[in-house]
Amino acid sequence: MSHSAEAHAETHSHPTWQLYVGIAVILFALTALEVGAYEVAERGIMGGFGVFVKEMVVEILLVLSAAKFALVAMFYMHLKQDSKIFSSVFVFPIILAALVILALLGLFVYNRGQNAIWNMPPWS
Amino acid sequence: MAHDAALHPPTSTGLDNRKLAIWTFIGSECMFFATLISTYVVYKGQSLRGPLPHEAWTDPATGQTLEHVFSIPLVTFGTAVLLFSSFFVVLALNGLQTGKMKQFVGWLAATVVCGLFFIGMQVFEFTHFVHEKHLGFTTNLFGSSFFTLTGFHGTHVTLGVLWLATLLYLGIRGKMGPEKALNLEIAALYWHFVDVVWIVIFPVVYLMK
Repeated sequence: MSHSAEAHAETHSHPTWQLYVGIAVILFALTALEVGAYEVAERGIMGGFGVFVKEMVVEILLVLSAAKFALVAMFYMHLKQDSKIFSSVFVFPIILAALVILALLGLFVYNRGQNAIWNMPPWS
Repeated sequence: MAHDAALHPPTSTGLDNRKLAIWTFIGSECMFFATLISTYVVYKGQSLRGPLPHEAWTDPATGQTLEHVFSIPLVTFGTAVLLFSSFFVVLALNGLQTGKMKQFVGWLAATVVCGLFFIGMQVFEFTHFVHEKHLGFTTNLFGSSFFTLTGFHGTHVTLGVLWLATLLYLGIRGKMGPEKALNLEIAALYWHFVDVVWIVIFPVVYLMK
């Protein structure tokens, strides 16, 4: 396949507008779930389920946020259809960024003496 | 297509260099926002004085009570508008790629309007925080890290709106067509990136206590 033909095929392999609408509906539903989880945790409603949500609210919000991130990246940014090189150029810094966040969190939590991660005495 | 190929000869990867460049730029931006987000997170709950994001704070010296800062309904609405804008820009791109110029101009205009609304929401929020909630950039750790993170994101949104508005202007003047769809695709990639950054900021900053 020539370069121009390849580029042409690449352009026309993008999703249809019906898929875009479906993704938008899912994104709004996930956002509604995020705010719903926050409200349930905040108000302490819905009995035992509310207690579960309150205890797990950070994990729930992280999972929902990651799902929304992945949907936008795969379908709206066309990573699912485009060359894997683009995915690599995007995913590698994402992994690096996640490691930076975890390293900084670990470092600061450790220095504050809240050393539950490694169960070691703080440096200062 | 032949003209396009003459302008951009085949590359060793078989991919357009401009698209690879925007993805590389987006990758570097991921690292940039990771540092800002981690700074916000490590300073979360470390402010020695209020106002605080989620709970009221009473000044021990004066006895004055400052209310919590965040307004979740307003920011949720802003988040929904930004998600709408991402949806609209893919429809605009779809229209341009298939030569439906009215669809392209209409959806791109809607995207720009949504972007402007988000910027307006953020300007209102910042003004409200400074004048009504007594939260400035140097008030406490929360203020410094919050304004730095959301301010940089707002700046990115503003640049994205300017970029998309320029393409909209060219579209209205009849200077865009299916052969220039890559120009919009690159701008749309940047716009989606701004959206995914907010997808992370919204729960981390506003919803997690």
